[in-house]
Amino acid sequence: MLYRMINPPEISWIAILPVLLLSATAMLTMVADLWTDGPDREGLGWIGLVGLMATAIAAVALWNTKLTSFAGAVVVDRYGLFFTLLFCVAAGLTLLMSMSYLEQTDIRTGDYYSLILFSTVGMVVMATAADLIVVFLGLEVMSIAAYALAGIWRSQVRSNEAALKYFLLGAFATGFLLFGIALLYGVAGTTTLTGIAQTASGATAEQRTLLIAGMALMIVGFGFKVAAVPFHAWAPDVYEGAPTSVTALMAVGVKSAAFAAFARIFMHTLAVMSPDWSAVLWVLAVLTMTVGNVTALLQRNIKRMLAYSSIAHAGYLLVGMVAGGELGGSAILFYLLAYTLMTLGAFSVVIALGRRGQPNENLEDYAGAGFRSPFLGMAMSIFMLSLAGIPPFGGFVGKFYIFSAAVKSGYIGLTVIGVMNSLISVYYYVGVLVRMYMTDGGVEITQPSSRPYLFATLVVAVAGTIALGLFPSTLFEVARQSFLALG
Amino acid sequence: MHEAITHTAVAVSYLWLIPALPALGVLVNLSLGALLGKGAVGFIAPGTVAGGFGVALYCLVQILQLPPGSALEQTLWPWISAGNLQVDIAFRVDALSAVMICVVTGVGFLIHIYSVGYMHDDPSYARYFIYLNLFTCAMLILVLADNLPLLFVGWEGVGLCSYLLIGFWFDKEANASAGKKAFVVNRVGDAGFLLGTFLLFWSLGVGTHSLSFQDIAAHAKSIPLDTVTLITLLLFVGATGKSAQLPLYVWLPDAMAGPTPVSALIHAATMVTAGVYMIARLNFLFVLAPATLTVVATIGALTALFAASIGLMQNDIKKVLAYSTVSQLGYMFLGVGVGAFSAGVFHLMTHAFFKGLLFLGSGSVIHGMHGEQDMRRMGGLRTYMPTTYRTFLIGTLAIAGVPGLAGFFSKDLILAHAFSSSPVLWLVGLCAAGMTAFYMFRLVFMTFWGECRADEHTKHHIHESPATMTVPLVLLAVLSIVGGYVGLPEMWAWGNRFDAFLAPVFAAAQGGEHHMEMGLEYALMAASVGVAVGGIALAYVLYVARPELPGQIADQAAGAYDLISNKYYVDELYDAVLVQPALKLSNLLWRVVDVGIVDGIVNGSARVVGASSSFWRRWQTGNVEHYAVSMLFGAVLILVFFAWHSS
Repeated sequence: MLYRMINPPEISWIAILPVLLLSATAMLTMVADLWTDGPDREGLGWIGLVGLMATAIAAVALWNTKLTSFAGAVVVDRYGLFFTLLFCVAAGLTLLMSMSYLEQTDIRTGDYYSLILFSTVGMVVMATAADLIVVFLGLEVMSIAAYALAGIWRSQVRSNEAALKYFLLGAFATGFLLFGIALLYGVAGTTTLTGIAQTASGATAEQRTLLIAGMALMIVGFGFKVAAVPFHAWAPDVYEGAPTSVTALMAVGVKSAAFAAFARIFMHTLAVMSPDWSAVLWVLAVLTMTVGNVTALLQRNIKRMLAYSSIAHAGYLLVGMVAGGELGGSAILFYLLAYTLMTLGAFSVVIALGRRGQPNENLEDYAGAGFRSPFLGMAMSIFMLSLAGIPPFGGFVGKFYIFSAAVKSGYIGLTVIGVMNSLISVYYYVGVLVRMYMTDGGVEITQPSSRPYLFATLVVAVAGTIALGLFPSTLFEVARQSFLALG
Repeated sequence: MHEAITHTAVAVSYLWLIPALPALGVLVNLSLGALLGKGAVGFIAPGTVAGGFGVALYCLVQILQLPPGSALEQTLWPWISAGNLQVDIAFRVDALSAVMICVVTGVGFLIHIYSVGYMHDDPSYARYFIYLNLFTCAMLILVLADNLPLLFVGWEGVGLCSYLLIGFWFDKEANASAGKKAFVVNRVGDAGFLLGTFLLFWSLGVGTHSLSFQDIAAHAKSIPLDTVTLITLLLFVGATGKSAQLPLYVWLPDAMAGPTPVSALIHAATMVTAGVYMIARLNFLFVLAPATLTVVATIGALTALFAASIGLMQNDIKKVLAYSTVSQLGYMFLGVGVGAFSAGVFHLMTHAFFKGLLFLGSGSVIHGMHGEQDMRRMGGLRTYMPTTYRTFLIGTLAIAGVPGLAGFFSKDLILAHAFSSSPVLWLVGLCAAGMTAFYMFRLVFMTFWGECRADEHTKHHIHESPATMTVPLVLLAVLSIVGGYVGLPEMWAWGNRFDAFLAPVFAAAQGGEHHMEMGLEYALMAASVGVAVGGIALAYVLYVARPELPGQIADQAAGAYDLISNKYYVDELYDAVLVQPALKLSNLLWRVVDVGIVDGIVNGSARVVGASSSFWRRWQTGNVEHYAVSMLFGAVLILVFFAWHSS
């Protein structure tokens, strides 16, 4: 009989506790939706928040362990847990801002909350995957939920368009990734990361060729998810069209999850091949930073501008991968956290400026906003300055870590290009400040203090962005330990 | 002679108060400004700066009581730690920082008080003081910082505040574009600063580094000469941006669009001197790169002469002072460039007094004249505004280098050092000094002497400014006189106490002391006084005794006159050499790749990036097939690159 032939793998339920809790929460919101009447579904958001909190607690509780499950296909180490916590923060803030945002949209379906949570489940799976098949599984769970979320505002044509584009191109990119996985499997005879690492360290010339081809295709797949040039073209259209809270989740969560798997596979599993892949990533980093920043200069829709900004930030993160080593790896982790907080904050301000039937997403709409709502003005100023890498905010320290790592690894040219890029970026980030403080006009603003969920999101993001700028060393130490847990 | 100096540091717990007090002012006025009303805002903002001044004075007294070379230190918390990098949030007050914090908070306080009167009727009163306090906080962080990254925090902070304050009255188009110009030019400087910092970090070698100034000083000698020259040159690029030196000075004259007290505080007394401070702070690094110091001194001397000559023909009262500031900053760079760091800092301090005074005085004039800034429509104001006139005259005498006032001592010291370094530099500086005397007295004669040329309505309303404005003027006038007596020439009375006070900070720089013969020193002094008196006399002849002469000269030497009164066409040159080609390139790219979706507009110097930006926008057709093809294209490129790179 068939079941006798299959050896069931040992499963450590403790290890996958965060994923279990998160999945259970997602399903619970689906079920609870049946008992929710009326247009107000904030209760579902609360369930999600509690679930994320439980997940985070479980992740913290597992911090000092290193467990594997499913015969080594899932590894719960500090690296994976760091990202689990990062996703909890990202998803939590997304839920929180959604609870205010959905009021100004026609999205009245409870699926919205469960999809966000399912997408987060995929992210956690990606970050804790120790097998290429599991990476792929996580990626698909995350992406399919994200495709659906992008199109969830069904009455909006641009939301539908965004979903379709994202889905078509995402499927295309996944093809590349899968092909790359297949090639690596072909070389190593296994999809486990440890097996691939062993093969890579003693690879023959023939095997190397196949490994390189596999790496190239995986770079395309991950490059798409992190929105690296030239695989970025979808991002501006999708970011602009998707509901703003979903855009925020895509910009921080999806990108971070892709980097989690990307960095684990390339900086750890394929570390011996780094002379090969780092040259390619060098070029991608330069292209991504430059195209992202230069194109952002011309944008007049804030969501598109932030889309290009997020492309540029993918470029800085690639610089961290190129720099490599303990410093480069920890810098990426730290940078992703700072990036998550300031980007989510910026999108919250975009939401705060919008009103029902009046998205107010053009830069002109920001005219004089700094005076009409001093709190929003201050918050947006902090996010923009931080994204631009101006001290003393988290973004500056993150860039400082990344570029220090690049300098220490001898990539002076890359650092010069990176610094130049971050100087170009100041122009469009500060452009928002100029609109807010040096022009008149603009739109009427609902004071954020009258929208408690959004207000809470902003307060957390502001506090986090400042704290990461002033007290980065503790978190950097956590990031360092997490990266070192890769072994 | 300074070997015996020990560098001892005393840990104290109150340094954080100095920047924190103005920061508190920002927080209070930001959150409660609308509720509190003007009275409270105008009390809180100067009050916090006064508190900072109190602590700064206390620090100065402490430093004076401790043995020479001592410093006060406070490490607040570890900031950036990564691998072998361990940067703290730490403040340090040595003699140099003590002078700077006293100048920043002292002059800053007077200008805050003045602003209470000057900005009284402005609808954005609270916003103004929030910016001004924020600036003070950032400037204090800059001069208190114990390490280069923290100094950069202040560096960026003051830049941002300067930008916000230049565009403070943003309803005028010119002001907004002046802000933009300052911003773009300073970006160039910041690039140099950041790259210099990273290069420095890279070249410090193995071991844990805090990038604190002691750490850099301890390891600086192990950096190869070429690298140290490159690092210092990059840092100097940063300084030329912030301190408005050739060729990046163009933003400062335009920055006069901001409120006049802002011009006094940021664009004369404090922020623009940050470049001089940074070089003085890193003196041990700069002395290792003689080539850089030569560049610094040369740029400084040329800027001094160049800007002074433009100042000769300006008719806007603030523009004259702006070019004068550029010119005086040139002197400071000349000073530090010839290794006379304490002389450069001495001039920085006296300049803060008299230029702060002159700007505030011009503000008082503009206030009295209801916004008029053109000197051709002024005249005779000394009878209407006696206090403003007298204090302004003292400031003018000080900047002109008339013996007995602050500017005489500091300028003379720089020129003496320049002479022992290179007589050519000295001669350039001397010419600029003569021009300075001329254009400043031209300003005084045109503004305060003769007949009033304003229209009847304005004339009728000319009035002396209120006490909140005149009291700071009087105090700064006193400082413009007595401020110089801390640094007398060596052979007089108590000699140069200022130099002795700062000497430990510049110990690395003082390998060979210049001991000049007394006769030579007196000769140089006589030359300085001679050109100053000559300049004043010439101004008197041209603008008081025979006022018809300037017109005739302008006719006879039309070419030179046009050249100078048009500021050597530098703005036009930049436009022709940088902006226009960029526009052409942009247009060319536009036509080549144009597919009809032209709607991007980027102005000014951003055109170059704008052009390539619009190229990438073309990529963004919105068409899924195109996107997919571009991905495929990218995938092929990566495979080809791998094949090429790995073979």
